[in-house]
Amino acid sequence: MKNRRPECSPEHLAYLKKIRNNKIIVHVSRVLILAAIFGLWELCAYTQLIDPFITSSPSRIVVTLVQLSADGSLYYNIGITLMETLVGFLIAVVLGYGIAIILWANETVSKVLEPYIVVLNSLPKIALGPMIIIWIGTGYSAIIFMTVIVAIIVCIMNTLAGFLAADKTKLLLMKSMGANKATTLIKLIIPSSLPALMNTLKVAVGLAWIGSVMGEYISSRAGLGNMINYGRQVLNLDLVMTSIVVLCVLAGGMYGIIALIEKKVTKQH
Amino acid sequence: MLEFKEVYYTYHTKEGETTAVKNLNFTVENGQFVSVIGPSGCGKTTILSLAAGLLTPSSGEVLRGGGEFGYMLQRDALFPWRTVEQNIFLPLEVKKRNTPEKRQRALELAEKYGLKDFLKKTPSQLSGGMRQRVALIRTLAAEPEILLLDEPFSALDYQTRLEVCDDVQSIIKSEKKTALLVTHDISEAIALSDKVVVLSARPAAVVAQHKIDFGGNSPKSRRECSEFATTFETLRKELGI
Repeated sequence: MKNRRPECSPEHLAYLKKIRNNKIIVHVSRVLILAAIFGLWELCAYTQLIDPFITSSPSRIVVTLVQLSADGSLYYNIGITLMETLVGFLIAVVLGYGIAIILWANETVSKVLEPYIVVLNSLPKIALGPMIIIWIGTGYSAIIFMTVIVAIIVCIMNTLAGFLAADKTKLLLMKSMGANKATTLIKLIIPSSLPALMNTLKVAVGLAWIGSVMGEYISSRAGLGNMINYGRQVLNLDLVMTSIVVLCVLAGGMYGIIALIEKKVTKQH
Repeated sequence: MLEFKEVYYTYHTKEGETTAVKNLNFTVENGQFVSVIGPSGCGKTTILSLAAGLLTPSSGEVLRGGGEFGYMLQRDALFPWRTVEQNIFLPLEVKKRNTPEKRQRALELAEKYGLKDFLKKTPSQLSGGMRQRVALIRTLAAEPEILLLDEPFSALDYQTRLEVCDDVQSIIKSEKKTALLVTHDISEAIALSDKVVVLSARPAAVVAQHKIDFGGNSPKSRRECSEFATTFETLRKELGI
């Protein structure tokens, strides 16, 4: 709205209105799709078109939610999974950033390690599950470890790509001023790669959820992944569906927080 | 002062070696504005890197009369996450000279050359010409003796280019700095310089040197001189275009 003047022409007003209308359509459609899915699901379950014992239904999810929150187990399990995800996410991002700095600063090290990173990236991390349990045990630390290894490789690769994408002219400028590697890193590389870091956070948060829930499937005593796994074993699909819905909300919320931070910090880029 | 004495420079790549500069001889006196022109890809940027000491000659010598160098590049290379003021302070931070006195001096320069109202703005809020002026003040903030200009106007549109050209020349003259400009624009070289050095195609060697002393001191008055056209023709022929 930089050039918006107080006296708008009718054409400009029409143009603004068109943009606003389009925004409304997008938002309303999003809500409608969600309402349609849940409505249809409920209707089919209610009319016994599908078996609610296998598919559960929105009303049964609500009932389960109320039960689980009444005895507090919902919050306890959310807390556990959230803790594992956040701790794993933070370790992966910080450690990944540190490793990316080392790889940026030393091209030879970067070249030497490249095939290892590529292989680790393509390896399905769940294959490491049994090994992790034997080495680290079955507690939270094993699940956090799982979360870290699922997320860290992408953190390293994305961050490094962001570092290496720094503008050549700006690099030359730093060099002409006699900047050493550390100064170049602090003054140029880190601030200029901030958008890349934000992108990395978005990808990493999704991977952290995969890691923590996967870890809980393999071995756990609590958490949303544990609830899903337990629900599967006792064929309580209400529990499974409820946990999934809660996971959706949490993962979406966390992504939203990061998107919000991104909007704030990358304004100038 | 800056002097190139029988300078050779050879690049090494996997594909082989390329002689970029061959037996280069020329001098930039104190307070002089010297332009180096040559066909594209003749190694002009190499010459600036040699002048600044970023590259070491394969043989020969580059004599520097002491004092520091300030670089001005093809694009302004302002950091978008910093305000104009913070951009101007960048060389002070990098050179670990970020004292209140030096900052004050940099701010005085900025105010003298009309950046006072822009200090708290970000580069994206400035026009291309204004950004290039900020880039020049940033270069001057480190108080260099010699300015090295690497086609600093080439990314600007024609009209802005003429303006910025005048602008930069008058600031450099009034700050009594020595300047070495590389460009492929003949008219820019004539309008700005006290001396023009014409280079051959790669490997770059000096074809001719011309003292320019007609038409007063501003690029604008020079462009209006009748000698401008004849000098242009001479240089064009020497460049072989």
